[in-house]
Amino acid sequence: MHEVSMAAGILRMIEEAAEREHFGRVSLMRLEIGALAGVELQALSFALMAMMPGTCMEGSELAIDEIPGTARCLHCAASVEIKSHLDACPSCGSYTLQATGGSEVRIVDLVVFDD
Amino acid sequence: MCVICGCNAESDPERTNARKTPSGASPIPAESVGEDLHYGIGAARASVPGISQARVIQMEADVLGENKRLASRNRAHFAAHGVSAFNLVSSPGSGKTTLLCTSINALKFRHPGLGVAVIEGDQQTSMDADRIRATGAPAIQVNTGRGCHLDAQMVGDAFSRLDLHARAHQGHGGEALLFIENVGNLVCPALWDLGEAAKVVVLSVTEGEDKPLKYPDMFAAATLMVINKIDLLPYVSFDLSRCIGYARQVNPGIEVLLLSATTGEGIEPWLDWLLPKHGDPEHRPAANPLEHGTATPRIAASPAATS
Repeated sequence: MHEVSMAAGILRMIEEAAEREHFGRVSLMRLEIGALAGVELQALSFALMAMMPGTCMEGSELAIDEIPGTARCLHCAASVEIKSHLDACPSCGSYTLQATGGSEVRIVDLVVFDD
Repeated sequence: MCVICGCNAESDPERTNARKTPSGASPIPAESVGEDLHYGIGAARASVPGISQARVIQMEADVLGENKRLASRNRAHFAAHGVSAFNLVSSPGSGKTTLLCTSINALKFRHPGLGVAVIEGDQQTSMDADRIRATGAPAIQVNTGRGCHLDAQMVGDAFSRLDLHARAHQGHGGEALLFIENVGNLVCPALWDLGEAAKVVVLSVTEGEDKPLKYPDMFAAATLMVINKIDLLPYVSFDLSRCIGYARQVNPGIEVLLLSATTGEGIEPWLDWLLPKHGDPEHRPAANPLEHGTATPRIAASPAATS
């Protein structure tokens, strides 16, 4: 349920941006979420949809891109893509992967209107 | 043909639109280029009276950026006060508070001058903080209400109310330990950096050895796994080596310690881990392996765990 705090943080950032950039409403928000970020996409969308009414995000569409996780194998030194912390190294098969990326949760951009 | 009203005007459609704006409708936003007005410069390449143009705002913003900023501030604040902070995470009932009470009592004999304080996170009640205060150590209870985790702001606010903070300002600084007992939850606290030196995940043998696979994010984020309640091992079916194997599958660098907070067995190596010898910067690895990219395998602190 940490997705609820995350959604609240996202809405706060959008409201701040609205003040800074002088827009009135958002029609599309694009998010990027790493596969290792520990964020449940369904739960985050649900939380955002529930909180958007009454804000400048009301009626906005959400586009969420999932970014693959990346890791380095401590056994064969390969740099690989992974879906979760449970994956084995696709090159050598050993469970010696140290995650190096894919934990990000980012707002990429917004399509906004001034009214 | 004009896309707005369907007339066959041959003139510049943008200008046509402008002329046909019905009175009373909201003005169409226009860009002026030289002496001319252009109404179709927005993303839609056309304009409709009463509807404003879309534009794109590049955000490129980290959703957890504000928490990370506050966590860095906490980290700097702790360092300036000589405080080593540890974020204890686990499911409810693994024995975090008992472990802290036992540790505080043991530290009184081992390091009588050491400052120790606790920030207790729970949804409700001050029961845990009361248990800590009964040992004589200062504790601040943070009730998160409906919240499922502590965040950096809460920890920063709580730290400023603690004696450890005042002590350093009065010149009685020196080394000190701050334990942050997070809300009992193996999911959400994994994501929130509080400014700690390390996350310590506590797992008790009554919970089952498969927890590291069921909640991989938490075990991936932790520097140390403490397996608690080992005095109960004869009574439960818990495969220690399988549990450690699962934790290393998720996080090959995770260190492991075995102890019983109730009997005190294994407490000394745990205190050794918390209070590394000075001048040994290698001892305590970076708090977030994802961000610092530490790829060096670490040696388990407990010989029992490596066998």
